[in-house]
Amino acid sequence: MVDIHSVSELLKDIEFFQEFGDATIEFLAGCASNVAYRPGDFIFREGGAADAFFIIRHGDVALEMHSPGREPLVFETLHPGDALGWSWMVPPYKWSYDARCRGVVRGLSFDATCLRGKMEADHEVGYQLMRRFLPVMSRRLLGARLQLVDLYATENGR
Amino acid sequence: MKPAGARLADPGTAGPATDPMVPRPFRVVRRRRETVDTFTLDLVAEDGAPFVFAPGQFNMIYAHGVGEVPISISGDAADGSRLVHTIRAVGKVSAALCEARPGTMVAVRGPYGKPWPTTEAEGHDVVFVAGGVGLAPLRPAILNAIANRHRFGKVAVLYGARTPADMLFPEEVQRWRGMFSMDVDATVDRATPDWLGRVGVVTKLIDRIEFDPAHTIAMVCGPEVMMRFSVEMLSRRGVADDRIYVSMERNMKCAVGFCGHCQWGGEFVCRDGPVFRHDRIAHLNPIREL
Repeated sequence: MVDIHSVSELLKDIEFFQEFGDATIEFLAGCASNVAYRPGDFIFREGGAADAFFIIRHGDVALEMHSPGREPLVFETLHPGDALGWSWMVPPYKWSYDARCRGVVRGLSFDATCLRGKMEADHEVGYQLMRRFLPVMSRRLLGARLQLVDLYATENGR
Repeated sequence: MKPAGARLADPGTAGPATDPMVPRPFRVVRRRRETVDTFTLDLVAEDGAPFVFAPGQFNMIYAHGVGEVPISISGDAADGSRLVHTIRAVGKVSAALCEARPGTMVAVRGPYGKPWPTTEAEGHDVVFVAGGVGLAPLRPAILNAIANRHRFGKVAVLYGARTPADMLFPEEVQRWRGMFSMDVDATVDRATPDWLGRVGVVTKLIDRIEFDPAHTIAMVCGPEVMMRFSVEMLSRRGVADDRIYVSMERNMKCAVGFCGHCQWGGEFVCRDGPVFRHDRIAHLNPIREL
């Protein structure tokens, strides 16, 4: 059984949750559990049900896409303190890439059904979570655009 | 004869010892491949005189019978016996220079331009942000920081490249990472799973390091888009515009502010730069016509 108290203590130490009040932290802790993965494990795979989001507490996670006949392409790595996954917020709640552990990874997993229920039941919690996720999404969108622009291209187009 | 109005460099920084339009003969003594299209050449002066320059300055290098191009100096400013240039083959002249084997003669005019603020940075935290081949012009300033580590606060080197194969000086960057006295991190835009380093844009690294924004000097070098977004991220972290320095690249021909090829707004990049304090050129960045 998950120790709610210890999870809420963990949440208070994570930057992602710094602006949440104690009541909301307790609320969110009810949806959270500690998780651990071995090197090479997939936390989730493309097309799978987006039934959780994760906060990485230890280790690195590679976000990968694959295409037949080619090696998988790592387009981003996430590190301790980073939030992993927001497909759980957007129907049809399916992952759009693979998340693979580069080594031992420990973190917190938040049950999406539980969270969505709480966000619907308490719009203040929903607003706070959206407010926290938006900058993360904005930064990653900017990162994706910069990768698309190809920051390192020179005039000769290479 | 020195062109009227020509200004080579600030007093106290290095400049050509003779007429700025007269090149000195140098011999290629070493050629190293850095990436698929980038090479580092070690040059030694035929007259044996040491080459004095300040980190961030550039030379005009002439490939005999092909032409002349501006190339930043990537070697150690403390070692005047050897002139080091890292060159990416992007045109006829740079391609000819990249092909130059040991023994080849080239002609060098320089050094030119405003250097990195290495002296002003003493006593402060220093953040170097490099993108792609932009690590080459920053390398002399980084080597200076390493050699005089006690004169600086925290020192961070953040490096981004397109792929692991596009990274300059990978062994040296790895060696810097192993030093306990600096925070060194690197990232690539994309990689295959065998790459164990970070993947993501270089601007993300700025968010991850610790420094005192009020007492930090940042030096940024890379393609302009990369520099714009790096400056923005440094600003968000609280580094004032007058503490951020960028190295610009334009079509430099004479290198002494005479021909006007590198004019950028009211600035001549060869003479007033290539290193600019960002508050002095920030108004030019949004103007795409420039």
